[in-house]
Amino acid sequence: MRRFLLIAPPYAWLLLLFLTPFAIVVKISLSDIALAIPPYVPKFSWDEGIWAYLNQLDFENFIFLTQDNLYWKAYLSSFKIAAISTALTLLVGYPIAYGMTRVPSEWRPTLMMLVILPFWTSFLIRVYAWMGILSNEGYLNQLLLWTGIIDTPLTILNTNTAVYIGIVYTYLPFMILPIYSALERLDDSLIEAAEDLGCSRLTAFWLVTIPLSKTGIIAGCFLVFIPALGEFVIPSLLGGSNSLMIGKVLWEEFFSNRDWPVASAVAVILLLLLVIPIVLFQRNQQNQQEADQ
Amino acid sequence: MTTLKFEPWNDPQEKPLIHFQNITKRFGSFVAIDNLTIDIYEREFYALLGPSGCGKTTLMRMLAGFETPTEGTILLAGQDIVSVPPNKRATNMMFQSYALFPHLSIWENIAFGLKRQAMAKADINDRVEEMLRLTRLEQFARRKPHQISGGQRQRVALARSLAKAPKLLLLDEPMGALDKKLRQETQFELMDIQEKTGTTFMIVTHDQEEAMTVASRVAVMDHGQIIQVATPDRIYETPNSVYVADFIGDVNIIQGTTTANGKDSYSIAWADAQAPLTANSNQPFSDGQKCHLAIRPEKVAITADRPGEVANAVQGKILDIAYLGNISTYHVELPTGVVIKAQAANTRRISRRSYTWEDTVWLSWTATAGVLLAN
Repeated sequence: MRRFLLIAPPYAWLLLLFLTPFAIVVKISLSDIALAIPPYVPKFSWDEGIWAYLNQLDFENFIFLTQDNLYWKAYLSSFKIAAISTALTLLVGYPIAYGMTRVPSEWRPTLMMLVILPFWTSFLIRVYAWMGILSNEGYLNQLLLWTGIIDTPLTILNTNTAVYIGIVYTYLPFMILPIYSALERLDDSLIEAAEDLGCSRLTAFWLVTIPLSKTGIIAGCFLVFIPALGEFVIPSLLGGSNSLMIGKVLWEEFFSNRDWPVASAVAVILLLLLVIPIVLFQRNQQNQQEADQ
Repeated sequence: MTTLKFEPWNDPQEKPLIHFQNITKRFGSFVAIDNLTIDIYEREFYALLGPSGCGKTTLMRMLAGFETPTEGTILLAGQDIVSVPPNKRATNMMFQSYALFPHLSIWENIAFGLKRQAMAKADINDRVEEMLRLTRLEQFARRKPHQISGGQRQRVALARSLAKAPKLLLLDEPMGALDKKLRQETQFELMDIQEKTGTTFMIVTHDQEEAMTVASRVAVMDHGQIIQVATPDRIYETPNSVYVADFIGDVNIIQGTTTANGKDSYSIAWADAQAPLTANSNQPFSDGQKCHLAIRPEKVAITADRPGEVANAVQGKILDIAYLGNISTYHVELPTGVVIKAQAANTRRISRRSYTWEDTVWLSWTATAGVLLAN
């Protein structure tokens, strides 16, 4: 009974704030567009009963998503951008996390603080700041022109490069923290044992350090990949009109086209696509817990 | 038939496998190893014994290549190895924490070192199987380290470090994590394996019983220096200093001044109004020199009546009796206030003992029972 009382609040919370809105979105995705407020026709009414409603479901909004190639291109492009930025974040984050475990332990809280520090400022302001850095007259171009590395300013803002920079910057802490916690538990004598048995520093890193931080790497990658896939703010502020991401398409369907049923259908598909990595992520966490025991 | 004694350190023809020449290691201003010179011979089981912080682990890590000496040279089979990195040395180490790779199976752990050298797959297989047989781990080969017991893990660590057939195997407190009973079993197993493989072993330990059991020679260390290197029986019977006598086992130390009273025989004045003690010593002592007489408790006899013909006899009162089952240790206070420990085997039932707490008893020992030490 007490156990039930303990787990009831979080489940009630989930039910109320996740499942209910999702049910509403699913319902809208099965409705028809209309010039009204709200801009869809609710096909379900209590008078006719649930059977009548279920009998005339047509999934036409979902079928529409397959007909216009904008949508699957947007899904694919989001997938590609999320995957590349996850790889880039890993490339930048792993050395940082590794370096943090190599410094004397009294330095670690400070370094950890520096990783978390950006969260103290609004995410939106930080993305705007990147616009100031990356624009044609921005600080980066000024610096490069001043040092004489380039003659003409680089166009970075409003390209996919800017989106990658934005995502890597924003999600870096989510990559660093799980890898750091995996590396911190690593016993130094394991590396010494590997060297003693004939490994060079590099092979010891490859054969011992990397496999033993694998759960941290996987956790970090999912923590970056999952939100990056549905990212909207970064591509719309830094990517301009060229970058195609599903989050942006979703926003445009809702607010520019006011086609709530199609927008809901896009959202439902996105969520179903995200379920796969989320399940894989959960399995990784579970494996790690089992390994720890 | 003559039994050959294994004593290469007494043979001037024998070349040492390991030679430490005037090694000094400093960490900042702290001197961990202080101008130390030792020789370790092939097939030896060499124990480094000392309290924590005496530099024994540093010494071992220098052999493995994880520390470089500040001064001096280390020769392995005549070759200077100071600049050789750990992965190129013909030494292997068994870590105190075992340092088994948690993501690899027992089999893969043992094969790890073999796979690093150009070795045919079939040969690796044979060698790993051989190691598994040697350490009786055949049925655990497919398990991961966290799926076996502490004692089995210890054997995996041993098998892994022996797999590459090192010239010298370093064991850092190899039984520190085992309970007492398992530790005693493992000590004999370790000696067995050392004999079977013929590998030179060097063990670091703070457990004097362990060092005495396994080692062919024991080196007692303190403050980065070697105090004495000798076989276990010589370390126990003829320690060269009060430090060694006190560190190994239990000992009574009586301070006094010497006067020669015969060939290799000295009389020791140790307290006013007490008859001087007599002790033999090969070491020369001058008249009036300060000395310490070290006597092991089991060499002191305890009797209710004054014993007859004996070199040394003192009277005292029993303060405490520690009953250990097979033996009892008696703490006897002499009139001078000095407490002497005497050990006696409990050959009779405890109820038939003729002395108990507060009783006055006689303690006696022969002239050769004690060791006369200058410092």
